[in-house]
Amino acid sequence: MKVLVCIKRVPDTGGGFRLTPDSKRVDTTNLGFAISPHEECAVEEAIRIIEKHGGSSTVLTLGPTAAQEQLREALAKGVSSAILLETEDYESWDAGAVAQAIAETVRSMGFDLLLFGNESADACNYQVGLRVAHLLDLPCVSGIKALEIQERRAIAKRDSPEGWEVYELSLPAVFTVKEGINVPRHPSLRGIMSAKKIPIEQKKPIRRDPQMARELLKKPQEGRQLEILGQGVEAVAKVATKLRELGAI
Amino acid sequence: MIFVLLETANQRLTEPSLETLTAARDLALKLGDATEALLIGSGVRALAPTLKGLQSVSVVEDTRLTGYVPEAFAKIAAEAIQKKRPNTVLAPGTEVGNDWLARVAVRLDLGLAAGCTGFSVENGALKSVTRTNWGGSLLEEIEILSNPKLLTLQPHAVSAQPLTGGEPTVETVTVTLDERDFRVRMKELVRKEKKGLSLTEAKVVVGGGRGLGNAEAFKLLEELAGLLNNAAVGATRVATSNNWRPHSDQIGQTGTQIAPDLYIAVGISGAIQHMVGCKNSKKILAVNKDSEAPIFQRADYGVIGDLHQILPALIAEIKKLKGA
Repeated sequence: MKVLVCIKRVPDTGGGFRLTPDSKRVDTTNLGFAISPHEECAVEEAIRIIEKHGGSSTVLTLGPTAAQEQLREALAKGVSSAILLETEDYESWDAGAVAQAIAETVRSMGFDLLLFGNESADACNYQVGLRVAHLLDLPCVSGIKALEIQERRAIAKRDSPEGWEVYELSLPAVFTVKEGINVPRHPSLRGIMSAKKIPIEQKKPIRRDPQMARELLKKPQEGRQLEILGQGVEAVAKVATKLRELGAI
Repeated sequence: MIFVLLETANQRLTEPSLETLTAARDLALKLGDATEALLIGSGVRALAPTLKGLQSVSVVEDTRLTGYVPEAFAKIAAEAIQKKRPNTVLAPGTEVGNDWLARVAVRLDLGLAAGCTGFSVENGALKSVTRTNWGGSLLEEIEILSNPKLLTLQPHAVSAQPLTGGEPTVETVTVTLDERDFRVRMKELVRKEKKGLSLTEAKVVVGGGRGLGNAEAFKLLEELAGLLNNAAVGATRVATSNNWRPHSDQIGQTGTQIAPDLYIAVGISGAIQHMVGCKNSKKILAVNKDSEAPIFQRADYGVIGDLHQILPALIAEIKKLKGA
């Protein structure tokens, strides 16, 4: 079994955003970075599948040199190898361009299972995995929250308001996963140490002409006025009155 | 022409489809353009004449196309777009709509703006769109350079208006589908047992975050919720990543988006990932010991202090009130 998991490096934004003076991007000065949440679960799923069925897993990202940090995190958790499609200009890559670069890279690598996040935390494009699947002529189910491999088949479930939608695909296949499919592990110290020794394969992808061009980022209007009801236990009488006023009691 | 891909459920248009039709009609008015739509399914033909004000509705009726069949729907839509040559294609920004239009986009090698909330028209042409980033905590203005312009509309970005005007021409479209177009399709639907009030149904949601410190502390939230009208308990990503609560309780960008009358955020700092999930709450009451916590910038009411002292006192106070 050969599993590919594609991830995205995103800033760890915490409580709010600062934009760069030209409003073109999020100011990431002083921010840490992380693997985007759905992809963190995709990494965990890849590791679990290999632990259960044997084989190897590969983590791939398109991003700056610094994205090695996220690839190392995946390696530390148990992924076998890593590929970095290195470009410092990653913010000018639209979903179509990213998908094409990934498809070209992995086309002849013989993966049985390709996992993506349903959408990245920052761009929310909902399409890279679906695009790669079509470019490789593979079937794809998006937004899955359960996955089971049986022989050469994958049984995946989507969580809908009506219930669990069950899909069954022959491998090779592509899935985009959603957080909730598992609870990702933390890397062990031993994992972190041994991940340092694994070489990361670096390639320089060629970006095709963009189909999208960002003009600017802006913050949406927020219209709440804070009223402090009090401090500590002295506030509870006032809170209870407010709860009654709001119809909660 | 503006072309709308419609999502249906049980032979009816979904609310996001109606919102998308409203947005498309509005855009068409600004562009001085016509609106057409595509309906695919089994037993959906009767819907076509109800789409008043549209010039034309293309209908694909096929018993094999009950529910969403991804590759077949993408093939049909891509063929219709190639034939009809619209300048803009809109679909609802739902799970189905985003999946569907992404598949169309790659088939036709086009850009796609998902989760749009607004349009900017200049000199009679669609110049750029506004779309959600970070689940809606940031907005991006973006130009779609490829043609036709593909976009999905963020649910709730516009409210659906009744369709008025003349009846559309109904075109029956026949397509050839092969086995390949059905290689991805739902095999079965396993209904879930319903337990208690869901986060989206609750009128009051009590959410807990890092400040709770452990799974045990959520009992305080359960007790508080038990005393409030139609209340449910939710959690942040920190709480679900630590296994304090199941992921189904998570409120946020990668969890559930809630819109209760009141959201009580306890021990929650207010990370944007979480706030995106609760920003549609009518009122937000935050309890946090850190007066500088970002949650206080996005709440209506604030209580500063240790939740482990405040919650037991509040529970006692409510019990007293209810007993009286």
